[in-house]
Amino acid sequence: MMSRLLFAAEEIHAGDGGWWADTAGVMLVLPFVAFLLILAFGKKLKYKGGEIAVAALAINLVWATVLLLMNANSGVLDQITFEIGHIGSGLVFELGWVVDGLSILMFFLVNFVGLVVFVYALGYMKDDVRVDWFFAAFSLFAGAMLVLVGAPNLIQLIIGWEGVGLASYLLIGFYWEDLDNVRAGNKAFLTNKVADVGLILGAILVGVSIGSWDFGAIDFAAFEGAPELAAVATVGGLLLFFGAMGKSAQFPFHIWLPDAMAGPTPVSALMHAATMVTAGIYLMARMFPLFEYMAQNVRIVMIVIGTVTLFGVGLLAIVADDIKRVLAYSTVSQLGYMMTAIAAGGYTAGMFHLFTHASFKALLFLGAGSVIHAVHSNNMSDMGGLRKFMPTTFWTWVVGALALSGIGLSGFWSKDEILATMGEQGLTVVLWISIAGAFVTAFYMARATFLTFFGTYEGDGKPHESPRIMTVPLVILAVPAAIAGVLNIPGLSLPRLGNFTEWLAVRLVPMGDHHAEAINFGLAAIGLVAAVLGVVIGWLIYYPDKETQLQRDSFEIPVLFPLLRKKYYIDDLALGIVALIKGPLARLVDWTSTYVIDGFVNGVARLVKGLGVFVYDTLDQRGVDGVFNGLSAAADGAGSVVRKWQSGRVQQYAASFVAGVLILVALFVFVI
Amino acid sequence: MEWFETWGLTLTVFLPLVGVVLLGLIPKENESALKTTGLVASIMTFAASLILIARFDFSSNTYNTYQFEVSETWIGAINANYHVGIDGISLPMLVLSTFVMVLAVIYSWNHWDEPKNPKAFLILMMILATGMNGTFVALDLVLFFLFFEIVLLPMYFMIGIWGDKTPRKIPGFAKEFETRLYAAIKFFLFTLFGSAFLLLGFLALYFESGKSQFGRTFDIPQLTELGASGAFSGTFAFLVFGAIFLGFAVKVPMFPFHTWLPDAHTAAPTVGSVLLAAILLKLGSYGFIRISLPILPEEAVSWAPFIAILAVIGIIYGSLACLAQSDMKRLIAFSSVGHMGFIMLGISTMTDIGINAAIIGMVAHGLITGLLFFIAGSMHHRYHTREMARLGGNIKLMPVMGGILAFTAMASLGLPGLAGFWGEFMSLVASFNPLPGLSLGVFRSAMVIGAIGTILTAGYMLWMLQKVNLGEPGDEWEGKEFHDVDRFELAAWVPLIVLIVVIGFFPKFIFSSTTDVVTSLVDMAFNSETTAAISSQIGG
Amino acid sequence: MLLSQFLVLGAALFAFGIYGLLVRRNIVLILLSVELMLNAVNINLIAFESVLVSPEAIGHIFAIFVITVAAAEVGIGLAIVLMIFRNRKSANVDDLNLMRW
Repeated sequence: MMSRLLFAAEEIHAGDGGWWADTAGVMLVLPFVAFLLILAFGKKLKYKGGEIAVAALAINLVWATVLLLMNANSGVLDQITFEIGHIGSGLVFELGWVVDGLSILMFFLVNFVGLVVFVYALGYMKDDVRVDWFFAAFSLFAGAMLVLVGAPNLIQLIIGWEGVGLASYLLIGFYWEDLDNVRAGNKAFLTNKVADVGLILGAILVGVSIGSWDFGAIDFAAFEGAPELAAVATVGGLLLFFGAMGKSAQFPFHIWLPDAMAGPTPVSALMHAATMVTAGIYLMARMFPLFEYMAQNVRIVMIVIGTVTLFGVGLLAIVADDIKRVLAYSTVSQLGYMMTAIAAGGYTAGMFHLFTHASFKALLFLGAGSVIHAVHSNNMSDMGGLRKFMPTTFWTWVVGALALSGIGLSGFWSKDEILATMGEQGLTVVLWISIAGAFVTAFYMARATFLTFFGTYEGDGKPHESPRIMTVPLVILAVPAAIAGVLNIPGLSLPRLGNFTEWLAVRLVPMGDHHAEAINFGLAAIGLVAAVLGVVIGWLIYYPDKETQLQRDSFEIPVLFPLLRKKYYIDDLALGIVALIKGPLARLVDWTSTYVIDGFVNGVARLVKGLGVFVYDTLDQRGVDGVFNGLSAAADGAGSVVRKWQSGRVQQYAASFVAGVLILVALFVFVI
Repeated sequence: MEWFETWGLTLTVFLPLVGVVLLGLIPKENESALKTTGLVASIMTFAASLILIARFDFSSNTYNTYQFEVSETWIGAINANYHVGIDGISLPMLVLSTFVMVLAVIYSWNHWDEPKNPKAFLILMMILATGMNGTFVALDLVLFFLFFEIVLLPMYFMIGIWGDKTPRKIPGFAKEFETRLYAAIKFFLFTLFGSAFLLLGFLALYFESGKSQFGRTFDIPQLTELGASGAFSGTFAFLVFGAIFLGFAVKVPMFPFHTWLPDAHTAAPTVGSVLLAAILLKLGSYGFIRISLPILPEEAVSWAPFIAILAVIGIIYGSLACLAQSDMKRLIAFSSVGHMGFIMLGISTMTDIGINAAIIGMVAHGLITGLLFFIAGSMHHRYHTREMARLGGNIKLMPVMGGILAFTAMASLGLPGLAGFWGEFMSLVASFNPLPGLSLGVFRSAMVIGAIGTILTAGYMLWMLQKVNLGEPGDEWEGKEFHDVDRFELAAWVPLIVLIVVIGFFPKFIFSSTTDVVTSLVDMAFNSETTAAISSQIGG
Repeated sequence: MLLSQFLVLGAALFAFGIYGLLVRRNIVLILLSVELMLNAVNINLIAFESVLVSPEAIGHIFAIFVITVAAAEVGIGLAIVLMIFRNRKSANVDDLNLMRW
């Protein structure tokens, strides 16, 4: 394995993915083409352009699948770039795509989950407003996400990063008639923008120090211990992590994700659960060599933040009534697991959890969407007893919930791997918090399941199972949610598919990550027990509800639950800061501009004008002009006398003239 | 086409004046002939500038060698010449100027602000074009100053005659003034105030150059050569730089000389604001690159931290002020203060990355903010108000217009993949590693604060979108007919949109013209001796 | 000497001219009086030339100039008179005081 990698490392542009890798860029472009096509023709088509979006992702999925299989067999490592501009002293901007184990996994994930969700959306959005715009923006997201995960350098990653942010903003605010949704979009965009400052500054630090933004170059520099990178590694790594915190909703940047549920449910499933929010995790995995070989200090920060996120934000899911918010908090919590895993050195463990999480969380969201579609409410207090009305939704939901809770299905394997990594690294406290988190996860999922599907129906009308176009995607997603765990059972290598660990190891430099060589049965048992305990307690609290249906959700722990309902006051704090900036601070600045600076300018203008008035009125009008006025008055007076001579009679003039001549003649003759 | 080598620039500069003469001959009533003449004149100017690109030799693109150079004696007594020429720095600016002028004429086809009078307005536009194009090609300080000042006059009349008539209470004055009058006079006097110092600086350079082998000269290439060889130094150069700085800083405008800008923009007619934002502001920053840096490199380095600090204050200050605005056009105007702050931050780093960032930033800001003002004007045209509190749900009433506004707002907040990103990003990159010898502390703090400024930029742009574009339209618009974007608006806007995307994904579009010449500018002006001298000063 | 007789004739004509100029009220007659004065000057010029012969014949040339100017003057003068008469139905100078202050 290692020798093949180092061989590949010497010839990164060798293109051993063949034609498929050389043309992988098609995947990055197709969704954008779909975006433009839908904008242009979407309104005229039967599914309002949904078919174009689906077709684009279906073609993409062919590439992704072929590459995935090729990578599983022999590894694919390729990179194609085009220069889009350079600045004199060696600063080069490039676009292109990198094809290696990590990006191929993400290509597959985005295209597979994307395709399933797109198909689901054909049914879910059928009677909605602006369906063409929905699919256009959704395609825009898919394109931006693929640009992000296929990025060969930090610049393209930033382009994709902001692109998915834009798509997220557009789709969270999809129902923009209601300004609350717009505010949720703004919150998401701005929260991410704050974190993006870290990403951009981190990219500058890392890129400028080694003179390249190319991930390969950064990996090599980190692997070989380049001193110029080592000098900025800690600060740069911290900044990059700061950026990742935003997109991956790590505490305290998690505040945007629950609000982001204002978007249509397919958006929540694909973007705010399966793919977009994992961009931060992906970034950490992409930059893993930097953290592994250089910026070890940053990993401590990452572990602390990740642990706080996985437990603290997970707790918030217990008090949420909105079913999508429960899932959103759960997503944040799982992202915390992934972040902690990668920080602990579990490159494979984190990515594997990302992989399984994408399938079962998308499944859960689509299930929730199916329920919402039937009930026309997001609130679990309006649901109940849906098990009987919506059997397919119910059973696929159970698969997803078990997977998420870590009981038996795919989530069990990936979570166990994370726990094993923590155990191996001796992070005892983190390990126990994570196990407690697993308990919390199982508990709130049990709560959501029992409140939604058991008991009696509380809502209006008679709910019914969703159409085939929505249930089939549920079933399709249930398969990987159930069995994806087998891909990475330590020591097990599937025929033709190999092992997830091997897939991911196809990188330019060895990752040096810590992944379990064998199943840690002890930890697995503890994790499983914690999860089962969570389900059981959930069942005890939320299931036995024979007599008082309405009081089911009345379980309360004093102090803790009110605090959770206030979301630890972090939202309020953030809103307060924003209000402070937007209100008093902005007004102060505007005031200084209008009254202080402009007041000065106007004051000068007034002073000058006043001076002018003085000069004019006093000096000019009374002084200088007085003299001239006097002179002109004299002239005027003289004129009024003299002008009588000008009678207008020509002959009078002639007579005067003759008289004058005669006088002159007389003077000549008699005087001289 | 050999004649084009010598006449090309003169054509580009003076074709609009030919247009003025023709417009003058056409009677006022014959509107279509007037408009056609204006369009043809601007298109021919644009075509001339395109031929300039086609015949421009990008391979020999080093600083202080100019192409299409013409030098004829003009005012012999003071050795001022008609000396014009372009290099890779002025080429994109010149083409931007001719390009935006074409779009402005197309847009004004059926958008005349009161009191209409297309003849007079077109004539002013054409005079403006001559002034702007001339500034970008002038290689003689007197000629530069002349063109730089010519620009003031038509803009003064545009604001003063076609501007906003609402009376406004001016702080410091007892009675109310018409917005347009206050704005026009403020614009004129403010800029003239700067120009006085600019002229002073130019004259000082003229007399000081008398000690050199060239004799007293206004010639920019000669002065650049002198500057690179260190002819101007000491207190004299420090003061001269300060005077020239003042002249250009007012035009840019930099904090705290920015207050004329929101007033002028808000009061100006649509086309006036577009040209003001797209081109006029760039005259200042272009002046920094063409005159201040190469001629007075040592002083530029000692002033650089000061400029960087003002630039960063401008970024934060402009963005915060945006958040307090209730008038859409005024908000966009204040956003220029922030964006120009990024451009000045790039210039103040005195590196090739920073100056390239400034140039692409100028082009991007010209395209994006120009488009924003176009949209603001068209919306005002339809709603007859710019109060954001009264607008809302625009995208529902006019989907295409709302879509374009959203796109442009995204471009303006520096979304990667659109033109605005590169200028901001590279300014930050450049501030991380400014010219050796400059204070890393100042510039890296500037980088961090500037990056924080991008959050505020996003904040006010999203807020504006929320107020103007989204939500339900107010009750007062119910039952009113709104016609969406018409074909003249589309014809004027689509080229801008396309260019914003193209530059966003392919910045080489600009860099291929600028990168070599900027590198050689930095090598020439800030060669190792200069920086060594500076660092030894600091060390000693 | 013959010269004095010519001068007397010229002076007499000039005096008639001045008399007519000052006394007559009809513009046409005033114009004629002016002509009379000019011709008086012509007589003087020719008389002096014939006595004080100059090589360039300045006196004759001046006389011819005066005749030319007189012709032009009469042309313009009569035209003005005609216009005045058309507009005012009168050729009396007393009616014409437009040039008053």
